[in-house]
Amino acid sequence: MTGAVGERGHNVSRAFLADRAMFVRLARICGAGHYSSTFSAAELFASLYYAHLKLDPRDPKWPDRDRFVLSKGHAAIGLYPILAHLGYFPPELLDNFTRLGSAFGDHPNMKHIPGIDFSSGSLGHGLSIAVGMALSARVQKRDYRVYCMLGDGELAEGQIWEAAMSAGHYKLQGLIAIVDRNQLCIDGRTEDVMAIEPVEERFRSFGWEAQRIDGHDFDSILAALGRLKPAGTGRPQVIIADTIKGRGVRRMELSLQWHVANLAGDDYADAEAEIRAGLQPYREKAHV
Amino acid sequence: MSDHQQGQDAIFRGTSGGDAALKDRKSIIGTPNAALPAFVLGEELADLADHDPRIVVLTADLANANRTNDFRKRHPERFFNVGIAEKNMITVAAGMASCGNIPYAATFASFCAILGAEQLKTDCAYPGMKVRLIGHHSGMSMGFYGTSHHALEDLAMTRTIADLTVICATDANHLRAILRASLNHPGAMYIRLGRGRDPQVYADVPRDFAIGKAATLREGKTISLICCGSVVRATLDAAQLLAERGIEARVIDMHTLKPLDEAAIRKAAQETGAILTIEEHNITGGLGSAAAEVLVSEGRIPFQRHGIPDEFVPVGPPAALYAQYKLDAPGIAEKVLTLLGGTRTTN
Repeated sequence: MTGAVGERGHNVSRAFLADRAMFVRLARICGAGHYSSTFSAAELFASLYYAHLKLDPRDPKWPDRDRFVLSKGHAAIGLYPILAHLGYFPPELLDNFTRLGSAFGDHPNMKHIPGIDFSSGSLGHGLSIAVGMALSARVQKRDYRVYCMLGDGELAEGQIWEAAMSAGHYKLQGLIAIVDRNQLCIDGRTEDVMAIEPVEERFRSFGWEAQRIDGHDFDSILAALGRLKPAGTGRPQVIIADTIKGRGVRRMELSLQWHVANLAGDDYADAEAEIRAGLQPYREKAHV
Repeated sequence: MSDHQQGQDAIFRGTSGGDAALKDRKSIIGTPNAALPAFVLGEELADLADHDPRIVVLTADLANANRTNDFRKRHPERFFNVGIAEKNMITVAAGMASCGNIPYAATFASFCAILGAEQLKTDCAYPGMKVRLIGHHSGMSMGFYGTSHHALEDLAMTRTIADLTVICATDANHLRAILRASLNHPGAMYIRLGRGRDPQVYADVPRDFAIGKAATLREGKTISLICCGSVVRATLDAAQLLAERGIEARVIDMHTLKPLDEAAIRKAAQETGAILTIEEHNITGGLGSAAAEVLVSEGRIPFQRHGIPDEFVPVGPPAALYAQYKLDAPGIAEKVLTLLGGTRTTN
C-alpha cells in the first residue's frame, strides 16, 4: 500500500480502507455476499473513482462524464461505499442494503442508484454496453472515455468477444476494459475450468492495446491509468490486472468457498480487524 | 423464373441499389414494391433522422435485406453494421440508448427476439432503454429456409417481458406510423415485421394510429376477427368472402400486443357473437393467448385461436405454407364457418 494521492485530494488508500470495511458490513446486512470478487477489485475501484474518472457526483447524469460499466455486477458492494463516499447518495441508504424495497441489490440497478451508469448482473453483456457508449460519444462528438470492468471467468462468455471484435473494428480508443484477473471462477481456477490465457495476446489479436499490471498495487494501477490514451480513433485499450480473489482477508484468498458466503460471529470481527490492519504481503497457501 | 420465384429472390438477395426494374413492377401480391414494408424501413428512419439527431440504426449483416442501407446512404455516421453478432447488436444499442441516442436495431426476428431474448430483457427492457428492436421476416415467412429462420415464438417470448412494448406492423404505411410514434414512446420496443412484402391494408399512413389502441378495419356483428401483422390483409379478404355468404365479420387489427387494448377485446365479446384470433405464430403464447387472458373474465363466448399448432412447420414456399395452415383468405373463412357452425350446433 503506497498512499498515492488522487486528483480530487482524496488519500486513495485511506478512503479505501473504510470502503473495504464497508464491503463486509454490507455482506453481513444481506446475510450473504460476493466478498472475494469484491476484494480482488478493491484497489481498482478506489483508483478509478478517487483518482482517475472524470465525474461530477453533484450531476450524476452529466453527458460528458466518463462512463463506468461494472460488467462483473456481482462486485457491486465494492462500488456502493465509494459512490456514497463521493456524495452520490447518503451513506445511510446502504443500511437497508438488499432489504425489501432497497435501491441496492447484489447487482447494481441504474434506475435506482445515482452514479451507476448501467445495470448489470448477467455476465458477458458489459463490454457490448461499453461499445455502445463509446459509439455514442463518437456520434455526439464528445470526448468522454468508457471503462468496463470484466471478470476473468466472464471472458468465457461469447458475447465478450463479439464486443471485443467490434471495439477493434470501430477503433474505439476511448474504450478501456479492465480485467480483474483474480484467477478463480466459481468452480475452480479459470485455467482448469475454461482457460483464458494468453489473455493479452487474445485481446491484441482483436486489435487492442494491452498492458498487464499488479492489480493490488496503487502505484501500478495509477501508472497504467495514466498511460491510457484519450478518446479518439485508435486501438481500444485493455488493462489485465493480476489480482487475488479474496485479497486482504487471508481465509478468503484464492479460496473457492468464499465466492458467495457469509461471515458470522467472531469470524466477522477477525476479518474486520484484518482489513483495518491493511494489506499484508501475500503468502502462498499450501493448497487451493 | 416464375414471378413467384423472382419475388422470393428479391427479398433474400436484397434489393437495395440498382434494382429499379424490380421496384417499378407490380409484385406478386398486387401491391407496388415501393409500397412494401421492405422498401420503407431505411427510408422512413432516414427521414425521421433528418429532424432528430438522436436516431441511430444498427443491423447485423442484413443491411440489404432490411433496406437499412437506405439509412446508411443518408446518415453514414449514424449507421452501424456489427456483422453477424445479434446479441452484441442489441446490447450495443442499449449502451447507446443510455447515452441519449434512440437506436433502431434490425435483423431477422428469429435472431433478435429469440436468440437475443435475454439481451432484450436485461439490457433493454429492465433498464428502460429506448431501444427499438425490429424483427423482420417473422413467422414462417422464410418458408423453405426452415425452422432455424422461422420465428413462431417471438410474440410469446417478448410478451412476458415487463416494460416492453410489443407491436406488429401490418403494412408499409402502418410501419411508418409505428416508427413515427416510437420516437416519443418510453422504454424499449419490439417491432415485428412480416416478410417485408406484406400487401397493403392502409392506403395512407393511418393518422389515428396510437400504440396500444386497436384499429377496427371493418364493422360486423356476427363474429370478431382479431388479427395482427402479416395476416390482416388475408383476414379482411376472408371477411369479404364471408360477407358474400351473409356473415358480417368485424375485423380488428390488434397491432399492439403489449400493452394490449383489452377494451377492444371486451367490446368485441359484448357486441359480436363469437371471436376468432388469427396470427402467424404458434397459438401458444401469442395474440390468441393474450385475447384468452382477457376473455376468461367475460363469461361464455364462442372463441377459438387460429395460428400455427404447437409444431415445427415443414419447409415450403411461404404461400404454400399459408394455404396449408389455413392462414390465407379461404382458409380463414373456413375456420370462421367451422367456429360458427360449431356454435350453432352447441348453442
